[in-house]
Amino acid sequence: MLEIKNLHASINGKEILNGINLSIKPGEIHAIMGPNGSGKSTLSAVLAGNPTFEVTKGEVLFNGKNLLELNPEDRSREGVFLSFQYPVEIPGVSMVNFLRTAVNEHRKYKQLEPISAGDFLRLMREKKALVEMDSNLANRSVNEGFSGGEKKKNEIFQMAMLEPKLSILDETDSGLDIDALRIVANGVNKLKSADNATIVITHYQRLLDYIVPDFVHVLYKGRIVKSAGKELALVLEEKGYDWIKAEFAQ
Amino acid sequence: MANDQNDILNDLTNKEYEYGFVSEIDTETIGKGLSEDTVRLISQKKNEPEWMLNYRLKAFEHWKSMKMPEWAHLNIPEIDYQDIIYYAAPKQQAKYASIDEVDPELIETFNKLGIPLQEQMHLAGVAVDAVIDSVSVKTTFKNRLAEMGIIFCSFSEAVQEHPDLVQKYMGTVVPTSDNYFAALNSAVFSDGSFVYIPKGVRCPMELSTYFRINAMNTGQFERTLLIADDDSYVSYLEGCTAPMRDENQLHAAIVEIIAHDRAEVKYSTVQNWYPGDKNGKGGIYNFVTKRGICKGERSKISWTQVETGSAVTWKYPSTILMGDNSVSEFYSVAVTNNYQQADTGTKMIHLGKNTRSTIVSKGISAGRSQNSYRGLVRVGKKAENARNHSQCDSLLLGDRCGAHTFPYIDVKNNTAIIEHEATTSKISEDQIFYCNQRGISTEDAVALIVNGYAREVLNKLPMEFAVEAQKLLAISLEGSVG
Repeated sequence: MLEIKNLHASINGKEILNGINLSIKPGEIHAIMGPNGSGKSTLSAVLAGNPTFEVTKGEVLFNGKNLLELNPEDRSREGVFLSFQYPVEIPGVSMVNFLRTAVNEHRKYKQLEPISAGDFLRLMREKKALVEMDSNLANRSVNEGFSGGEKKKNEIFQMAMLEPKLSILDETDSGLDIDALRIVANGVNKLKSADNATIVITHYQRLLDYIVPDFVHVLYKGRIVKSAGKELALVLEEKGYDWIKAEFAQ
Repeated sequence: MANDQNDILNDLTNKEYEYGFVSEIDTETIGKGLSEDTVRLISQKKNEPEWMLNYRLKAFEHWKSMKMPEWAHLNIPEIDYQDIIYYAAPKQQAKYASIDEVDPELIETFNKLGIPLQEQMHLAGVAVDAVIDSVSVKTTFKNRLAEMGIIFCSFSEAVQEHPDLVQKYMGTVVPTSDNYFAALNSAVFSDGSFVYIPKGVRCPMELSTYFRINAMNTGQFERTLLIADDDSYVSYLEGCTAPMRDENQLHAAIVEIIAHDRAEVKYSTVQNWYPGDKNGKGGIYNFVTKRGICKGERSKISWTQVETGSAVTWKYPSTILMGDNSVSEFYSVAVTNNYQQADTGTKMIHLGKNTRSTIVSKGISAGRSQNSYRGLVRVGKKAENARNHSQCDSLLLGDRCGAHTFPYIDVKNNTAIIEHEATTSKISEDQIFYCNQRGISTEDAVALIVNGYAREVLNKLPMEFAVEAQKLLAISLEGSVG
């Protein structure tokens, strides 16, 4: 599904990603861990097409298409979803209006008719239940005045609405209390299928108790320096990252 | 991203003004220039009674002694008032027995503008007065309204048919000497709309006037007089468009509203005069004096305006709250793009007891435009318990435009409560990217955010206008994030 080959990316001339290689198949969950500043969020931003970063080298194939050639909205329409670490507020734009525009853009891309108002509201109700969102949340402006936990739930709610093939969760656990964490993780698990894949970016093992990865990768200085099964996360939890840093210190 | 956005910006600012066509209508004009003779000639062409001519002449005398105001935050090249044609009218006589007699080209013009003049085809339930260049060409639904005692006709017709009403009210809210442009209008105004709603009548449909400048080198000077008698209600809309021309054209209008006891008037404007091209060439100079008086107790006047057109806008729809417990609202969205300049806002003059006013102004600036809010809240000595709430928001798209706020507050009664809130914001790249990531293109994201920002005002418009206004906002601004 996703094939990342020797990906390099920089911001203002400073190289952040330094040759990433990663292969993801449908149905898989990959966790990406690593110390602060190792390039985790940059990787997610680059995959989503954030124009702040410049790709200097490498290739990304998504279901056979050259992802790097697509603009951010087409990547979304192709099925790439990014759950933001810091979801931005958009005052005055209601969640209903926002999501209906998004859903219809996705449908247009697939050459489907716009969704009817009735079907849309039904869909919203159904998906809202998935992340235990308050019903009135959807009538408010996008993320405006949402608590940290509500914002993260809202990301997963949007993910449920757009049914992506590849979801990238960028530190979705940060700022969540244990109940919210469980709700968000449950939502992600319910959306899991044999056809879609998930990249979970996190600092902590905690989230991986709920969303159990098939693979754990350690990112350090812009490269994946270790890959293993879910047990690697436990090792990291216990020992921290120092032993990895030591291993790769030149 | 900056590059992408510049591309989109360039694409879209090159977008043509949709209403920029010229209609080949046989037009009768008088010579360029302004003198007492011009004023007399206009009056004569309109076959006016003497009192009307005297009114014009008095205004002209005033005007000669006045100077163009310079206090606005506007940069206007000198206007040569002798280089303007003050009267232009479609040649066929202004009186039509039926729609069949109207010049087909004229009908075509209004069809292009999406303004149906044929009553039988018109299902939206809006009565329309269409003013092209200087003359009102068609007023629909007149007979149906007349059955309820409602007068809705062109201003010229009112001068002939209802001279008592015109004489009683004209100039009582905006006197001839009020300001430079009001004096000019009072001297040379050509036509406009007249509305009278009798006591206790709720006007059953929206009344609407479409103003269209067509002829070259002409100025348009129309006036609207709207009287709502005791316990009546009316909702009135006006729309404006003009052809694309390299020259600047002058538009100086007057609107007067009188609301008697417990009457309510809703006045909505969607102003879309030609704004000039992307380099700032051409466009309408729009100098408008709009004022209403809440004359009776518990009367109410609401102004809603969506201003997207004109090269220069100078406009302050205002209300004098004279009746006790009277209420006024001002809701405004002003959009400027490219080299447009707008200096717009309102005045709320509280004279009666327990009077209340609300001001919500949303400015949106893009390109290299300048957008100013200018507002005055005045509370007189006897205005016990006056209350005002003002909210002025500015949204900037790109970093080459300007937004300015000039609020004036003048309170002479210490029971008054006045609040003023102001914000300035920008559409951030993060917001755009967030929308992009959900599959929404940059253009659509800007339209979504701008419409969200202006929603509070757009919600105040009558339904059929709100949709139009939303589209207009999107067209005026698409892609202008730079």
